[in-house]
Amino acid sequence: MGQPATDRIEIVKPQSLRHAIDWLTSAAEDGSPLTLLAGGTDIYVLLNAGVPLQGRFLDLWGLTELRPAPVVSGGSLVFGALTTYTDCIRSALVQKHLPILVQASREVGGVQIQNRGTLGGNIGNGSPAGDSLPVLAAADAQVVLASVNGERTVPLTEFYSSYRKTVRRPYELIVRVEVPLAPLQKQKQIFRKVGTRAAQAISKVVMAAVGPQIAFGSVGPTVVRARKVEAYLREGGRSLAAAQRLLKQEIHPIDDVRSTGVYRLKVAQNLLAELGTLDAHK
Amino acid sequence: MSKVKNRRLKVVGKRVPRTEGADKVTGRARYIDDMQFDHMIYGATVRTTIPRGRIVSVERDTAFDWSGFTWVDHRDIPGKNIVAMIVEDQPFLAVDRVEHQTEPVALLAHADRARLAEGLKAVRITYQEEPPVLDFETATEVLKELSIARGDLAAGLALADKIIEGTYRTGHQEQLYIETNGMIALPGANGFPEGVTAYGSMQCPYYVVKALEKLFRLDRERIRVVQTTTGGGFGGKEEYPSIVAGHACLLARKAGVPVKMIYERHEDLIATTKRHPSIITWRAGVKSDGTLTAIDIDMRLDGGAYMTLSPVVLSRAAIHATGPYRTPSVRIRGRVMKTNTPPNGAFRGFGAPQSQFAAEVHMDRIAEVMGIDPIELRRRNLFQTGDTTATGQVLHDRVSADEVLDKALAKHRVAHRRSKKTKKLAGTGIAMFFHGSGFTGGGEVRLASRAGVELLPDGVRLLVGSTEIGQGTRTMLAQIVAESLELPYAFVKTIDPDTAQVPDSGPTVASRTCMIVGTILQRASAKLRIELGPYKSGDDFKKRAKALLKKRGTVVIIDQYEKPGEIEWNDETYQGDAYGAYAWGCNLADVEIDPLTYEARCTAFTSVIDIGRAIHPLLAEGQIEGGTLQGIGWALFEDVVMKNGVMQNANLTNYIIPTTLDAPHIAVEIVENPYPNGPFGAKGVGECPIDGPAAAIVNAIRDASGARLDAIPATPERIMKVLG
Repeated sequence: MGQPATDRIEIVKPQSLRHAIDWLTSAAEDGSPLTLLAGGTDIYVLLNAGVPLQGRFLDLWGLTELRPAPVVSGGSLVFGALTTYTDCIRSALVQKHLPILVQASREVGGVQIQNRGTLGGNIGNGSPAGDSLPVLAAADAQVVLASVNGERTVPLTEFYSSYRKTVRRPYELIVRVEVPLAPLQKQKQIFRKVGTRAAQAISKVVMAAVGPQIAFGSVGPTVVRARKVEAYLREGGRSLAAAQRLLKQEIHPIDDVRSTGVYRLKVAQNLLAELGTLDAHK
Repeated sequence: MSKVKNRRLKVVGKRVPRTEGADKVTGRARYIDDMQFDHMIYGATVRTTIPRGRIVSVERDTAFDWSGFTWVDHRDIPGKNIVAMIVEDQPFLAVDRVEHQTEPVALLAHADRARLAEGLKAVRITYQEEPPVLDFETATEVLKELSIARGDLAAGLALADKIIEGTYRTGHQEQLYIETNGMIALPGANGFPEGVTAYGSMQCPYYVVKALEKLFRLDRERIRVVQTTTGGGFGGKEEYPSIVAGHACLLARKAGVPVKMIYERHEDLIATTKRHPSIITWRAGVKSDGTLTAIDIDMRLDGGAYMTLSPVVLSRAAIHATGPYRTPSVRIRGRVMKTNTPPNGAFRGFGAPQSQFAAEVHMDRIAEVMGIDPIELRRRNLFQTGDTTATGQVLHDRVSADEVLDKALAKHRVAHRRSKKTKKLAGTGIAMFFHGSGFTGGGEVRLASRAGVELLPDGVRLLVGSTEIGQGTRTMLAQIVAESLELPYAFVKTIDPDTAQVPDSGPTVASRTCMIVGTILQRASAKLRIELGPYKSGDDFKKRAKALLKKRGTVVIIDQYEKPGEIEWNDETYQGDAYGAYAWGCNLADVEIDPLTYEARCTAFTSVIDIGRAIHPLLAEGQIEGGTLQGIGWALFEDVVMKNGVMQNANLTNYIIPTTLDAPHIAVEIVENPYPNGPFGAKGVGECPIDGPAAAIVNAIRDASGARLDAIPATPERIMKVLG
């Protein structure tokens, strides 16, 4: 049949951040919350799949205030919510301080998706397969939410309450992501996306590590920090097998159309060898 | 007719620009969805949502506003509610039986596409469900059965020092042409208001004509089918477009206005044909020196719910099942099983990739069991000129299996040295294959294809029903005609196949167009030369053409297929010359496996194939590279996940095909041992490149990691399971 029925969707285009927050607030008060639209890369997939999209959308794309170049400020690497993957790839600061975000950005979709997909969108959409999320989780990223009441900051690792559910209130907007620089100093950064083909893949397993801080995607309802493995490493643990046993306690991958839970668990465990600090023979 | 002459070729063998290339790269080419007609509305299909049962009722929600809609169901069919194919089992629109999910039940049309989508949701089908048969391995209903036997199997097995068995499985594969299926139907055709016209994306305009004849009970002059610029087919637009065209025409006749039906990707993936899944068991008798004494093969294909082209797919699978190897005794038994899944159909290679996958993985198994080098084992058994195939065909024309093997080994050493050294598990695999060009057995005689040329004041126009679907048909046929007439390439004009203008040249399938239709055109060109008399130059030709046209008005020469005298085939015994000519090929693949993720990656690939003559070397290389990559996708990634008889990963996000980053360097070498009955020596090239890659890769995975895979796709999940 024909093209998706995009003409049946109501889109609100705010002129400024303030205007956007006003819209969100009044919509929340009316009990008809607006769906946030950044680059649209997730929404379009749903449209093409014939998923009926309800309600109204708040199109944030024009809000240049949310898309400053990444800067270092107050000891953190600061990203506007609408920073695209292409912005991350091109930023000398990101390349210097958080090269695994550049790597992750390069592996998101194709160039067109990298030009439209945003960090704020990836965080807000909350897919457990979101490629930037393990990087941001491993790097202790903070999500800054704005509302009429001002701003509040939530660690990314506490941003998700369950599958695709976040602690963002309907009247709040993600405005920035801040990655503290101190924990990044002199730490080895690792990013591994397992997507079976070399590009344009949705991950089956994704791992990011900043020194002993390790996060996984696609292995549970939300991005996960491997806290038990981290604790073991901090205590000086060196056995790969022991770390793998601990990891098994904290991730719960499932079977879906892309892969199996058994594969995801085994590969996540195998990827711990990439840290370089664990010994396969201990 | 004149055979290959000993003159220097001026157009054939040259890399001339594609006839339609400039239009495609500049965006001028119009695909079906680019076309608009006055008063045109849009059509859509209501499909079943259970795999098997009875339709109790089809109801339109009375609360919904149906104004402006056109509704069609089986009661609107003026002729026979049957898709004309090999047998009469598949309805255009289901009446009361449901044999598979996504089966068309009714059709809707509306001027507004958004309304149309809402209308689809306001139709409710109620069923009486029946337990479906979903697994072809345990299915019991046989759609088609055949067996080929030659020599004494028991005696052959008794001669063997060892009998080696193996069972191999391949899955569905989606053709994944870039342009999805689509048609625009118009009421009326050729001046007859009761006729029907269909424009669209297709491989076989005359298959569509035949389907519409039966559906509407119309004679041929009241039907017009026009192939528009087509974005790929790979077999997926061989038989299915007949259904889309039938549906669009039913709507257009009832609505009285043009109707456009374009499948979205999801619909195209869940509803249209795919490659037949297979399970093939080999039993080979082998002497201690590696000589094959007997081959016994049993194969099952998953036909899906209706027959479609399955008998022919089975036939080609069976004839190619031994691979390019000789043996004194052979038995091949094959069955196509019925399941309550969407019908499977034509796909590049047409069964031969499945059966030769089994053959070539089994050859490596034999080599391993017997402790013989896999290349040496193949050398000892490869067909030689004068050998006899399973169907009793004596291979009189040059068999170049040894030659392509030698050339591939020499070439691959160079390719191999280029690939990077990594920490990953690395290995190399081989596969050899052969592929018959043209329809099987007596098929070409039954088709009796026609094609020809029309004289123009400044050249000639090709009159062929063969379709350009991206593979270069039009360019290659124009080259054959230009060379035959000894005229510059630019003198040959081409048109979109329109059944009001071109004869039935047979379907554009089965690696037949160059060899079969090319030969007909060569002969028509020779006849035109006799009509024109000798000319010395292009200008001289134009003078003679103008003079002849002035005298006769029009000069059109249509010729017909003539069976080469030496070809004999018996359909009863399934013995004889299965194909006029065979392509011979060898693939070598380097594979790396990541020990952490079990992902296999093809890092270098070599394909050497004897295709007789490359009419257009660049296009032929393109066919080989493309077929190879499609084979790599089938081997490593392409996994149609079925649940309750319907594809679950019906989108490009989750049905994984290789990207350019997954494509290895593919070293191609074309060998040209001319076929005496082909145009300038040409055999077919379209299908054979996909026969070998899957086995070469699976053999390379074994070499690299020790993982013995008996099934593809070789997904990391599967490799992990095997490695334990």
